[in-house]
Amino acid sequence: MNVVLTALVTSLAILVGVLTVTAWGIWFERKFSARLQSRLGPTMVGPVGLAQPLADLMKLLQKEDLVPEAADRAVFNLAPQIAALCALGAAAVVPFSAHIIGAQIDLGVLYLLAIGAVTVMPVFMAGWASNNKFALLGGMRALAQSLSYEVPLVLSAMVPVILAGSMDVSKIVEYQAAGSWIAIGPVWLGLPAFVLFLLAMLAESNRIPFDIPEAESELVAGITTEYSGMKFALFYLGEYVHTLVASAVASALFLGGWDGPFAPGLHWMVLKSLALFTFVYWVRWSLLRFRSDQLMKMCWYWLVPISVALLLGAGAWVVL
Amino acid sequence: MLQTLQVERRVDPHLSIDRYDPEAELLLLHMGPQHPATHGVFRMDLYLDGEIVVKAVPYVGYLHRSVEKLCEKLTYSQVTPIVDKNDYVSPMTNEQAINMAFEKLLGIEVPRRARWMRLVFAELQRIASHLLWLGTFAMDLGGALGGGSTVFIHSFREREMIMDLFEEISGARFHYNTHTIGGNRHDIPAGWAGRVKQALDVIEARIGEYEAMSLHNRIFVQRTRGVGVIDAGLALELGLTGPMLRACGVDHDLRRDAPFHAYDEVPVNVAVAHGGDCLARAEVRFAELRESVRLVRVTVDSIPEGSINGGKPIKLPNSIKIPPGQTYVGIETPRGELGTYVIADGSANPYRLKIRPPSLHALSALPYMLPGGTVSDALAILGSVDPIMGEADR
Repeated sequence: MNVVLTALVTSLAILVGVLTVTAWGIWFERKFSARLQSRLGPTMVGPVGLAQPLADLMKLLQKEDLVPEAADRAVFNLAPQIAALCALGAAAVVPFSAHIIGAQIDLGVLYLLAIGAVTVMPVFMAGWASNNKFALLGGMRALAQSLSYEVPLVLSAMVPVILAGSMDVSKIVEYQAAGSWIAIGPVWLGLPAFVLFLLAMLAESNRIPFDIPEAESELVAGITTEYSGMKFALFYLGEYVHTLVASAVASALFLGGWDGPFAPGLHWMVLKSLALFTFVYWVRWSLLRFRSDQLMKMCWYWLVPISVALLLGAGAWVVL
Repeated sequence: MLQTLQVERRVDPHLSIDRYDPEAELLLLHMGPQHPATHGVFRMDLYLDGEIVVKAVPYVGYLHRSVEKLCEKLTYSQVTPIVDKNDYVSPMTNEQAINMAFEKLLGIEVPRRARWMRLVFAELQRIASHLLWLGTFAMDLGGALGGGSTVFIHSFREREMIMDLFEEISGARFHYNTHTIGGNRHDIPAGWAGRVKQALDVIEARIGEYEAMSLHNRIFVQRTRGVGVIDAGLALELGLTGPMLRACGVDHDLRRDAPFHAYDEVPVNVAVAHGGDCLARAEVRFAELRESVRLVRVTVDSIPEGSINGGKPIKLPNSIKIPPGQTYVGIETPRGELGTYVIADGSANPYRLKIRPPSLHALSALPYMLPGGTVSDALAILGSVDPIMGEADR
């Protein structure tokens, strides 16, 4: 009983925590991008616009729930829910501190990669079910793109796994806490693997320069063209949660997770994740977009060979 | 004069889709008239094989306001504010073109001061127009939620400075109505030249930043190099002018080749690029930005003293009657040659007024440039054309 209760409370706390951080992550992004563009960003709702996420939520809740007549209703309605679920589900195995973790499973990294790969499904479902040509093109691009970035993502995530000798995310963080962060040492393989992981992460969470499935200047709104109200909000939420969780995963795998001096582990984990989150948005608001064939070319010509080499290098380091 | 680029095979814009694709497996995508990247209300039908464009059919006319007919019903002095709205990104050059045509028919000598002022206005307007092009082009490449909009808002910040300067002249920020038959309506206020040079200092520094964000950005170059190539021969056949033509390696600029205003007194360095692709068009426009800054710098201080209007004062709308005759005046606007053809019949209204908009001719190159590229390329190409639908549709 006690175990179940603890698990329930922990997972609820993580869920609420992730959603809250995401909501104000959106506020932060809007403020941040506004300062980049010499604008003010949200100012009207609450002090410095802090209540803007709540206002957005209220607005989206009040919207009419539109389903296009020719759409595949069941799939159309299911897609945003899966998108949000997948993104939140990934948070389960991320160790936010030595003790705050939703589920400590031995194959944590595998689970993360699998659930990350599944997030392409709702995107394609939405693209197909909307019965809209722009959405279809977006879904098609998402599939084509996922084939190319998943390989370097998985291979680069394997580098810390091999070095730490475990697929458990907590074990990997403990290994880093005992030695040094994988992005820094002890081998020079960590840093390039970290960079590759970041690039593939940008592609997986559909962020500029790889936001090709959405591409609002080309495909109107890509897969979300026909979505409105809460269904759109779920897609939107899923995207941001995905980015946030991916930042947390990257900091756990490469930047030592909750390991850090002076402050409790949770502080360090949140700090590192938010730093990566900010980095993602800094990139988003500064760069232009690649073309999808250019992304695939980059992945297959550069990222895959490099990540294979890194994997071999990591294996050689452990064996020798 | 011509340095023709050799292309092996031109795209056939009249490709028969029925014959090419008897099974009807191509995806017909109606892009526009309501689409975030069509620069107003422009529509193109794209036949897609996967993501590759097989055939592109552009449609214009969604913004047709029958300006030419409207001008026939108005008196000569009432036409200026109407044509302001044609190329709404560069209103100054619109009103200059129309008034120059009327002046030519009437045989009025425009005072030297007014001609120099027109030159300064035209060059400032060119800076503003190219800045707007840069912003929208970056948005086409990078999206409204991303790096593209950063460039967009930054370039609008500098465009705002030029609009402030024009506001000091005419009181209007956009549709100025400051040119009239025989000269200008508003004189330059005191201290204006100093403020122009202050603004230019800021703008020139920022142009360097924009070059770093675009021409020196690898993603930008990858997205534009070799995309939407057009050869010089085809460009001339289609009647392309302005940066579109100069990017194909044709050294042609009316400011130097058929000087108007005071361009015969101020030498212009014409920017030419040889790629014929989107990157070359961007390079030409950036070079023109710098050249316009230089031109304004050298001219704004030395605007000669004197009267600003050589015509007789207009007391009533129909007090100007142009004797029967016809004429054509072409000037170099930021987008190319803006031609005005006027037939007068001795009354107070033009008998026929024909405007030749550079954007319309530039859009006619799309069926040649789009096929073979992807949907992403299509919008990069459309952005590099810099079409203003208000002008193309009139």
